[in-house]
Amino acid sequence: MQSTNGKGLSQFLNQLLNSLVVPLLAILTAVILGGLIIKVVGGDPIAAYKGLVQGAFGTPKALSETAVWATPYIFAGLAVAVAFKGGLFNIGAEGQLAFGAVTAALIGYALPGWLHTTLPAYIHIPLAVGLGVLAGAIWAAIPGALKAYTGGHEVINTIMMNYIALNITSFLLNGPMRDPDPLNLSARTPEIAASARIPPIFPNPLLRVHWGFVLALVVAVIIWWLLWKTTLGFEIRTVGANPDAAKYAGIDVKRTIVITMALSGALAGLAGAIEVTALNYRHELGFSVGYGFDAIAIALLGKTNPFGVILAAILFGAMRNGGTRMQFLTQIPVDIISVIQALILLFVAADPIIRFIYRIRIREERVVLTRGWGG
Amino acid sequence: MDWRRFAIIALVIVIMFGTVVLVGISQNSPLVIITSMLATTIAVATPLTLGALSGLYCERSGVVNIGIEGMMLGAAFFGWLASIYMNTVFHRAPMASLIVGVLVAILTGSLFALLHAALSITFKVDQIIGGTVINILATGITGFLNRQMFFGAGSVFRGQVPHSPGVLPRIHIPLLADIPIVGRIFEQQPITLAALALVVITHFVIFYTRWGLRTRAVGEHPRAADTVGINVTFMRYANVLIGGCMAGLGGAYLTLESISSFEPLMTNGRGFIALAAMIFGNWTPFGAWAAALVFGAAQALQINLQFYRELIPPNLAFLQNSYVVGLAPYILTMLILTGLIGRTIPPAADGKPYEK
Repeated sequence: MQSTNGKGLSQFLNQLLNSLVVPLLAILTAVILGGLIIKVVGGDPIAAYKGLVQGAFGTPKALSETAVWATPYIFAGLAVAVAFKGGLFNIGAEGQLAFGAVTAALIGYALPGWLHTTLPAYIHIPLAVGLGVLAGAIWAAIPGALKAYTGGHEVINTIMMNYIALNITSFLLNGPMRDPDPLNLSARTPEIAASARIPPIFPNPLLRVHWGFVLALVVAVIIWWLLWKTTLGFEIRTVGANPDAAKYAGIDVKRTIVITMALSGALAGLAGAIEVTALNYRHELGFSVGYGFDAIAIALLGKTNPFGVILAAILFGAMRNGGTRMQFLTQIPVDIISVIQALILLFVAADPIIRFIYRIRIREERVVLTRGWGG
Repeated sequence: MDWRRFAIIALVIVIMFGTVVLVGISQNSPLVIITSMLATTIAVATPLTLGALSGLYCERSGVVNIGIEGMMLGAAFFGWLASIYMNTVFHRAPMASLIVGVLVAILTGSLFALLHAALSITFKVDQIIGGTVINILATGITGFLNRQMFFGAGSVFRGQVPHSPGVLPRIHIPLLADIPIVGRIFEQQPITLAALALVVITHFVIFYTRWGLRTRAVGEHPRAADTVGINVTFMRYANVLIGGCMAGLGGAYLTLESISSFEPLMTNGRGFIALAAMIFGNWTPFGAWAAALVFGAAQALQINLQFYRELIPPNLAFLQNSYVVGLAPYILTMLILTGLIGRTIPPAADGKPYEK
């Protein structure tokens, strides 16, 4: 993005096109391979993909649902992307997201009771969302601090934090925070108060797309601005590119690592908090399963660029949403979507394979992502 | 293995065993409880031990492998699928089916490893990303095929009722297993025994053979190794493949030895815990095994406390909560990695692709 300064528009477009070539070919290759797999197990790939596209974009309701799916993907994808920019691999988005959701749900249903009063929405919503964001930030800052001050590798620590979060949320949703409704059979919280709910954009109840989607787009712009137009963003990117150089340039590397992880966790927490306050109105066990790994794929597919993340998140949202329709029409299990997504990630991460298959010679700068155990 | 690590391991195991002994003492003698805990610990540590050995072969040759989780999951699924399919098609031949299942699991592990090797050695992809790709791919493929193969129109059984071959039988080691009470420890299933043997074998291979010396050379200083004529690419491929076989055997434990069923995501972090065990064991087989035993003990604690659920005193009620006790292995992993136990030293070229 910065390289557009003072250069022609055509050059910018050319560069944009170049950086889109590999992801697009990766998607294409994954879709072809996915079709082969469907064929091998006895399905009809054309019918399956037709159902997929129809289910994702065919009707206003389908479009709305795609946006609903894309919303947490944008937040969580940004979370992983920000960490990548700082040279950190946050595999813990799932746990951070779950903690954000649990916290937002707790504030959403319990706070009015604690205060013995009803709250106006303009206080209740920001409180629920804000504390959810804080919970995610803290949950991610712990492995960040461990990385910065003890050298404990964030990859394993964030994964461990996922399992710890899963155990704690299971405990809470089966115990103290369980919905006391006698008809309730699942591990879930009570519904949040009306004052904590973010309203949908359209009055039509079939169109569930909510203001959280718009917020996700705005947050992506803010993250772009933060990364490329502020000192903090410069510090994050410098530490990510070369921690030794950052240290000699006078940047507090350890502090930057903790801040980067906290920022990453805050975005993941926001994903969870928005799902609770704008869509489900409660947290239920198991809803966040798989978001963490999807978020990694989205961040990589979007090349850790906030705008790339938006596109990748919408693609993944469309696939998840359309997958249900595909399963309904063709009886192909919706899990094939995970296979295709994994293949996309494979080809995006291993772009030499794509360059080899399609004989691409365009050079582009490689993004430094992680740095092994030594860090 | 330095004394500090050993002391920590001993202390943690004593605390865990002691807890169960204290809770269960009114019903069973300490010897019986300790024997039962030890037998369970050794058994449930098996996938962690094998996972740690998998990581060890890879990383000693300079390839970071965080895809162990996915390799195990894939192996668990395909091994299980093969054994059930065999058992159904050949109208119940459980032993042969189980053996085929184990072989298929090992093959699956090595195929995933081949992908990891190609990504990280040939295509020089960031190895942590490569491992993550393996994990996501394994989750997707097993989830998809699990539904496709067993349910609906895509079922491979074509209307036949699938017959599970059960699990691998215990092996009765003569003399050792005949000792009263304590003998139970030695009456284990084959993959568990194989894992113990592989710990010893790996120690010997890595530290006392030409192969091991070359592996370590390639992992510490590939350029020097290359200069003296060692084929860096070949050594790395071979070791990652061996690692894949280990992870595959670990996966086989889950669906052919522990229980005879498959659930999506059933590895439940074992691959990552195994990696932590390897790091805690400072990239040595015996160290990794000892660390795997600690995690095994944490799991054995959870299992054994369920037996004595009723006997848990009210002021220790948190021990009744399986979620709280279930946190132990994960928190342990993090504590271990924070360097509380002193610095661990990875192979110098670990995670770095070799550019000629």
